Amino acid sequence: MTRTSQGAADNGPAYFDAASSLPLHPAARDALTAALDKGYADPRRLHSSGRSARLILDNARAVVASCLDVRPDEVTFTPSGTHAVHLGVLGLLAGRARVSATLARSTVEHSSVVHAGDWHASRGGEVVEVPVDRAGRCMSAPDAGAAVFALQAANHEVGTLQPVADLASGSDVPVFMDACAATGHVALPGGWAAAAVSAHKWGGPAGVGALILRKGARWRNPFPGDDRIDERSIGFENVPGALAAAAALQAVTAGREEVAQRQRVLIDHIRNTIPAMVPDVEVVGDPDARLPHIVTFSCLYVDGEALVTELDRRGFSVASGSACTASTLAPSHVLEAMGVLTHGNVRLSLGRDATREQVDAFLAVLPEAVGRIRSDAGL
Amino acid sequence: MSAPFPASDATLELDCRGLRCPVPIIRLGKRYTEVAVGELIAVVATDVAARVDIPAWCRMRGQEYVGEDVAADGVPVYRVRRLS
Repeated sequence: MTRTSQGAADNGPAYFDAASSLPLHPAARDALTAALDKGYADPRRLHSSGRSARLILDNARAVVASCLDVRPDEVTFTPSGTHAVHLGVLGLLAGRARVSATLARSTVEHSSVVHAGDWHASRGGEVVEVPVDRAGRCMSAPDAGAAVFALQAANHEVGTLQPVADLASGSDVPVFMDACAATGHVALPGGWAAAAVSAHKWGGPAGVGALILRKGARWRNPFPGDDRIDERSIGFENVPGALAAAAALQAVTAGREEVAQRQRVLIDHIRNTIPAMVPDVEVVGDPDARLPHIVTFSCLYVDGEALVTELDRRGFSVASGSACTASTLAPSHVLEAMGVLTHGNVRLSLGRDATREQVDAFLAVLPEAVGRIRSDAGL
Repeated sequence: MSAPFPASDATLELDCRGLRCPVPIIRLGKRYTEVAVGELIAVVATDVAARVDIPAWCRMRGQEYVGEDVAADGVPVYRVRRLS
């Protein structure tokens, strides 16, 4: 599989936004096509077509369980990673309602966790925030009075890995772990009661997530139930999607160390090169304890969205946590919690087959793109 | 744009009301050398990003972030001391 694209517009764009969503993994595409033909029926039915769908679904569940080192009955497929987060956070809170109504969460959680907390608060619950350091790392577990502690496996914007296992082992508060950004890219930490994963972040299709609920965790469905195979989820099962997600996870898990090592070299190169090439820039996030494929930096005096547009014009797809011109006007709550520059922000996240040539092509255009925006501002 | 009457003990006041990020920081970066080393600059800004970005600018440029105040109209005032 050779890719010659170097980010020049005539070769097609270099896609450096893998942390937002990945293209479908070839293994997922094959599984999806096969399962669309064989897995259309209602998996609860006893006829042969139903049994075929059920077999595919059970197979998908077993594969995901094995990749995540959990039991198949601990895996619930959901219509999205977000829904898995909501089920995990709110279900653990419901299970502990007699103990406490307090959700503790780090200040750098994904918006799906933040929204679940807001929803909990709007129904009479309480939310307390646990701070992070300048690298975005959560340093302490919440007070024992909390019902649930929501802590991500790794941050989606800056890549910093969280000490989930350490903080969980030092506390009696059950941990909900949002593993959407990390799954498929690093081995997951242990110690949590429930976790959420999202298939399109590892090369599976969008519209497939999973709630992972450890045996013995106190959990109650926070939403209306359904009469499906898995009582924790709702709606007609997306059987082909589940199989495609499982196939992709199996493939990326098998190649994980090799891909991560390659990505780590590229990201280290970017981290080391950018400060030397662009003045007044801050590379943020933990330099070592981080996801292998993500690097985030902020450029002083630069409108981050203008920089995304400039880079897109030069053939590079990147994301930004800045919101200088966005309708929300609120910058990334992650960067804010870390106390780092919120404007001029760019996140590069590499796919499996990102090359040194693409990265060098990006590094070659970045100083000029930043310089142009700064000179437009009269600097 | 400095106001005719600088807030409190600041030598220079930058009125950045209604300006979106990163314009308040650009104003600060362009004009902080107008005050002497040791003197204060007050940045009056409605943009919410200024609350994070002004302390971050101070850290990156080796200047001192003194703290946050409120103008008579309720708009936040961020105070910076020029160190170099």
